[in-house]
Amino acid sequence: MHSIDLIATVLMAFGAFFMFTGALGLLRLPDFYTRLHATGKCDTLGEVLLIVGCMVYQGWSFLTIKLFFLMLFIFIANPVATHAIMKAAYVTGVKPWKKGEERR
Amino acid sequence: MIETFLVIGIIIVFTMLLCLYRAALGPGVYNRIAATSIIGTKAVVLLIAIGYIFERPMFVDIALLYAMLNFVGTLLMAKYLVRGEVCTA
Repeated sequence: MHSIDLIATVLMAFGAFFMFTGALGLLRLPDFYTRLHATGKCDTLGEVLLIVGCMVYQGWSFLTIKLFFLMLFIFIANPVATHAIMKAAYVTGVKPWKKGEERR
Repeated sequence: MIETFLVIGIIIVFTMLLCLYRAALGPGVYNRIAATSIIGTKAVVLLIAIGYIFERPMFVDIALLYAMLNFVGTLLMAKYLVRGEVCTA
């Protein structure tokens, strides 16, 4: 295995780890806000790391530029979407969870 | 190197199944919207992995288009739930 392939594999393994952690947080945490707090950051970082691993594996070509723009779009759009859902929930009156309350 | 992309694809499908639990049973509409948005953004990366497994690079174009459509859909759902309408006629 070449060193380029090794670097790409390590980057994609980190990305898959972060995506798995985000999904676990979405499944396990007690409230809507805490769930989005887990997934909104972990998923963005995991997907960006996976796409950077694909860019390293690809080398210099036209496909790398497409992957770079996809990475840039995800890096901007994913936190904006998370913020939009969370602000919609806050405006329509979803109460945050406090310690000792029941899971929702 | 194809085996690496295969393993990454299987891990992504497993995390999508974990999110599908929250999308099906999650209490309230906001949990469901968040879970479907997260499934959509995971599907973008899954499309890139599929493109490398089958060695067809045009899957990246489909992934780019899918990312844009998913973003617009999530913003529209959030706006509809706040105002009760998407745009004034």
